[in-house]
Amino acid sequence: MSGDASLRTTSQRIAWGATIIIATLVFIFLMAPILAIMPLSFSSGAYLTYPLPGLSLRWYDEFIHSARWMTSLKNSMIIGVAATVLSVVLGTLAALGLAQWKSRFKPLVLAIVLSPVVVPGVITAVGLYFFFAPIGLTGSYLGLILAHTALATPFVVITVGATLQSFDMNLARAAASLGAPPLYAFRRVILPLILPGLASGALFAFATSFDEVVIVLFMAGPEQRTLPREMFSGIRENISPTITAAAVILTTVSVILLATMEGLRRRNERLKGSSA
Amino acid sequence: MTEAFLTSADAPTDVPLKRRLKRAERARQVKALALVLPLLAFLLFTFLGPIAGMLWHAVDDWEVRKVLPHTVATLADWDGRDLPDEKAYAALADDILAARAAGTLAIAAKRLNYAVNGFRTILTSTARNLKAPPEPGTAKETLGKINPAWRERTTWAAIKGASGPVTGFYLLAALDLTRNVDGAIVAAPPDQAIYRDVFVRTFIISFSVTVLCLILGFPVAYLLATLPAGRSNLLMIFVLLPFWTSLLVRTCAWIVLLQSNGVVNDSLRFLGIIDAPMRLIYNRFGVYVAMTHVLLPFMILPLYSSMKAISPAYMRAAASLGAPPLTAFLRIYLPQTLPGIAAGSLLVFILALGYYITPALVGGGADQMMSYFIALYTTETANWGLASALGALLLVATLLLGVLYGRLVQGQQVTGGMKN
Repeated sequence: MSGDASLRTTSQRIAWGATIIIATLVFIFLMAPILAIMPLSFSSGAYLTYPLPGLSLRWYDEFIHSARWMTSLKNSMIIGVAATVLSVVLGTLAALGLAQWKSRFKPLVLAIVLSPVVVPGVITAVGLYFFFAPIGLTGSYLGLILAHTALATPFVVITVGATLQSFDMNLARAAASLGAPPLYAFRRVILPLILPGLASGALFAFATSFDEVVIVLFMAGPEQRTLPREMFSGIRENISPTITAAAVILTTVSVILLATMEGLRRRNERLKGSSA
Repeated sequence: MTEAFLTSADAPTDVPLKRRLKRAERARQVKALALVLPLLAFLLFTFLGPIAGMLWHAVDDWEVRKVLPHTVATLADWDGRDLPDEKAYAALADDILAARAAGTLAIAAKRLNYAVNGFRTILTSTARNLKAPPEPGTAKETLGKINPAWRERTTWAAIKGASGPVTGFYLLAALDLTRNVDGAIVAAPPDQAIYRDVFVRTFIISFSVTVLCLILGFPVAYLLATLPAGRSNLLMIFVLLPFWTSLLVRTCAWIVLLQSNGVVNDSLRFLGIIDAPMRLIYNRFGVYVAMTHVLLPFMILPLYSSMKAISPAYMRAAASLGAPPLTAFLRIYLPQTLPGIAAGSLLVFILALGYYITPALVGGGADQMMSYFIALYTTETANWGLASALGALLLVATLLLGVLYGRLVQGQQVTGGMKN
């Protein structure tokens, strides 16, 4: 342990011990809600209390057989995937452009491109509500997909941009000088190199859309309710164990996304390590 | 001197190449810009346009102008000192009859009711009792008889004040201010003056959550930065997993944990620590707990990256020069974490300012923040002007802090504060 070498005095050891205790408590605070809600979804009773009266899958059964929940899951998938595809295309193009563009307006453009992340959700939602209602884009899939794309694209610009920072633009020039048409050069030279950034950008984009609820609250009609939206009304009305089943399903999706992300990051680090 | 000489000497062969290079470079720049343009155009339609539209709604004053056009035109040269003359009354009678026929009176009534409470009744009663256009010269008398409010200067001042095309009315209202009958800016009546409190509350909640995150996040970041990579990567999962978990899931989980027959209250009762359940949610405490939980990773991650960059050699050097551990920590380590502390705190504060979902679900009526009122006026009462004005103020606060944040992390990696 690297800390050991410097832990010479009692007071230092006490300080280090205190750090470990406080950090442990914070880790418990961070994990407790997620860990507490999981077993409840497997309860055979209708009350959200411990000890569990017995184990069962009845709430998952109810989730799967509820048209409302399944529609919302389907909506979340449709909107999430469409917004991801759109934001990956727009974000990657923009990141490629920004990497080569030299202008004093670049910081401004970058600020504009990244601003959807910083602006409070309610403000974006209210603006979109005013703007999309007259042109019939509220209560439609297209409206939600466009709105979620705007929120998700900054993440693609950031992640692809970060990969491009270590990307040697001369490779693209070399491909061109060897006679590769621009699209071919992109597909065979640039794309494989920026793929990790692109993949993590896509994961971020999907997670952003999959988790978004404020814009959906303002803009979705009854047919476009997403999973988080359904959870929102569920929490408002009364928390039934079915919500905990939905929560576990959502968390599982998050864990898969996170694990994929970690895998990508590790792979990237390995690649960097071997090239250095 | 030499440079000038060299360039001029090389000029015959150099200039065409230079020009060609320049041209190629310019073409590259145009191409680069062309790649960014689709996204900019997209954001113009889905983000910048809508936000500009919202800002416009905060000052737009079209209702009275549209519904009572003749009245607005005649009032344009009314000095506002005495009651307007017969011409204005006649114009108003015409406008009201036309609006009644077109069914648009309610639009103006709603707008004017914001300015003077009860204006809706004045307009509707007048419209109901005004059977036909008054005889020339009797409009003033007729309207005054139907509703004595037309003999009041304030009634007319309200119409003039709302005649547009732009107004500061909503922005002033969002700051608990209003214009009196003479057009001077004064404090709003106490029953309408709630927004300063909401602003202060929003800032207090955001600030408290930021401080809580810093207190809880600092030891964790320190531990993660100090432990060897293998162990800290493992512990990092405890930070990243909640971070990636849906906001709704986490909020729902806190309700399950903290409600009166929830896990925490049950356990405390089981252990005999309390007799009756404590109120832990649907109040400020619940808001602090849930928001701190959601925003903590945004503090830990920037802190962690700033601490990770501090070489242990500095602390060893301080120790070898005889600094006691506490002094070394305070004088050597802590100052180097300041950029991380500033970035993390600003980020948490900015994100907290705009919070809506969490306070709406785990807070009580007295814990609702700015965003709640913006949403309320947009969807429930459809007072778009006020919603937009409150939104404009929140946006300005956020953007100012955002620019500050941008300055702070400039040079540091862009992703430092975000989801990575």
